[in-house]
Amino acid sequence: MFYLKYKLNYFWELFLEKINNIEMNNTLLQIRNLSVGYGSKVVADNLQADIPKGELICLLGSNGTGKSTLMRTLCGFQPALQGEVILDNIAVHQMSEKQLSVRIAVVLTDRVSVPNATVKELVGYGRSPYSGLMGRLRHEDIQIVEQSIQQCGIAHKKDCLLSSLSDGERQKAFIAKALAQDTPLIILDEPTAFLDLPARVEIMQLLRDIANRSGKSILMSTHDLDLALQLSDRLWLLQGGRPLLTGSPEDLLLQNAFQSMFQHKGIVFDNKTGLFHVNHKQHSTLAVKGHGFEYVLLRRAFSRKGIQLVKANAEDDTWLEVSNDCEEPFAFYWDNECVHQASSVEKIVAEVIAMKPLLSEGKKEQVESF
Amino acid sequence: MSSIFLKKSILIPLCLLLLFVLAGLNLALGSVNIPLDEVIHIIMGKGSSNIIWENILLRTRLPQTIVALGAGMALGVAGLLMQTLFRNPLAGPSVLGISSGSSLGVGFVLLVAGQVWGFSFSRIGLWGDLAVIVASLGGAFVVLALILFISNKIGGTLSVLIIGVMIGYLSNSIVGVLKFYSMEEDVHNYVIWGLGSFSRMSADRAYLFALITIVPSVLALLLSKSLNLMALGDRYASNLGLKIKRARLLIILCAGALTAIVTAFCGPVIFIGMAVPHLSKLVSRTSNHFYLICNACILGAATALLCNLLARLPGLESELPINSVTAFIGAPVVISVIWKKRKENLMDR
Repeated sequence: MFYLKYKLNYFWELFLEKINNIEMNNTLLQIRNLSVGYGSKVVADNLQADIPKGELICLLGSNGTGKSTLMRTLCGFQPALQGEVILDNIAVHQMSEKQLSVRIAVVLTDRVSVPNATVKELVGYGRSPYSGLMGRLRHEDIQIVEQSIQQCGIAHKKDCLLSSLSDGERQKAFIAKALAQDTPLIILDEPTAFLDLPARVEIMQLLRDIANRSGKSILMSTHDLDLALQLSDRLWLLQGGRPLLTGSPEDLLLQNAFQSMFQHKGIVFDNKTGLFHVNHKQHSTLAVKGHGFEYVLLRRAFSRKGIQLVKANAEDDTWLEVSNDCEEPFAFYWDNECVHQASSVEKIVAEVIAMKPLLSEGKKEQVESF
Repeated sequence: MSSIFLKKSILIPLCLLLLFVLAGLNLALGSVNIPLDEVIHIIMGKGSSNIIWENILLRTRLPQTIVALGAGMALGVAGLLMQTLFRNPLAGPSVLGISSGSSLGVGFVLLVAGQVWGFSFSRIGLWGDLAVIVASLGGAFVVLALILFISNKIGGTLSVLIIGVMIGYLSNSIVGVLKFYSMEEDVHNYVIWGLGSFSRMSADRAYLFALITIVPSVLALLLSKSLNLMALGDRYASNLGLKIKRARLLIILCAGALTAIVTAFCGPVIFIGMAVPHLSKLVSRTSNHFYLICNACILGAATALLCNLLARLPGLESELPINSVTAFIGAPVVISVIWKKRKENLMDR
């Protein structure tokens, strides 16, 4: 009996160890009590986070909260002030350049111009950690280079000079370089900066695809909150003076994490859509009758000018009227008579703004009610 | 696209051919007219009936050709290394302040010795030459050591560049002061040294010079991987496993030693080091420094031979100073290359 208990205990412990191992194995990089900064200036401190394998993680934060500093510390470009970054059970600051080069690949914001370099050559340099003294690529290296270029969708540009590429293609070439480096972790510092919207979406989708297909972990910093919410597995929110907030986009939405992030900045975050509204300062109000799309647009236009539209009451003698499906949908009533009709939002807004001095004189109590 | 491949496959053999032709012309042309078949005979070691011709060829033209070849190679490679290290198309061997260090060393020997010990080095022949070479090497290596120390201590490519340029200004101003207080004859000698020449060396010394310039130039190929990565910028290079500090040190050491040697033996030869890297990037469309260094060797030697040839064009009474020729060749090359590159980039889009 005792023996059986002993044996069971043994198996139980083995089982626990296994589970522990699985947990350990699923985490690629651990950040423990990390403080980052320069010399005596601490930019962000007491950071805790993990990077699980095969996830796309977006690091968000306002300018000056230490995003780039954190990224640079993770890459081993600058020492941590305190705490440590552990990758594959080894502390990053203890690794040599060689060891780091096969574990972390980076794509930086620096706009480097390499004279005369073709896309293929640049991606080929990604194989440097594996090549010999003279940097000659073997057959298998060349295959990996070709694959990486293919995966990034720039195969048709592989013999072109880097200097001839568009910003988006250039960024893809550098991502291909990082892929060729064949590391479990890729870190990108604002890869979507300077790009137009389609290119930004394309780059994000490419990174999503890489994380899905190759099981690499990707950490990128970005300012594109809407894209990050839709495409990343996990978000890191860095806010000055507060601990690093991590979690899936949905959980963070549930926790109302974004509202607090953009508080007091004239921005309203809509949790349901994941979109922002600019919170215009309103100086006065104006009654309006009507509904529909035209009404919504009119409301937006006036809100930009600092005038809030409110539903008209029966006793109002000055109001805007929106009638749908007609030539001139917008009308302005002054003392119960129509003084102006317009076909466009722009015209009616201009008309009302022009009459605003009168409005505030005659209807003082109404204007200052806001 | 096809024209680019055409360029790549044909241009380099063409450059090699050009190099041989220029070397031949350097031997064949000169103020004394020697028939071509005699030239070939003498060079092949079969001797000649005319002992004067043999002397002219073997004692003057051959050493001069070899020196031009070695110096051109060394300056081309050194310039390429500097342009890549500093990521600046206007960099050249002189940006480290090494040739200025040489000038300062030589200035002390040529300008100060006359004042202090009361004799002029220009009057004591061989020993004077040797003193100039030693002083030049001394000045160059002091500056090189300083630069290496700074690069190791402070780090940062830009600070090395700025300090190099500042050392250049400093030594120029010291030389200016020395000149002000020197005898006219010494200043004249110093100015002549500063104009550069490939014809100061005896045959024996020319072979030695060739050895100590061509071997390190070719050894620079060992740095090609480091250079390829350095061209991407320090952060990318370090992320790709390169030990930046060590690589920077080796590159500066190699380029610095090459510049120091050439300056010691030929005087500060300008413009070849700046123009040749552009040419070598023009003939092959690659950023791989293995090929670029090969190109720089070939084209550097060819450019120096061309300059040497132009400096003593038939019909001229005496030789022109080499630096006035290199400037005439180099400046248009740099301008046209940059012009052409701009156009190419626009067309590639």
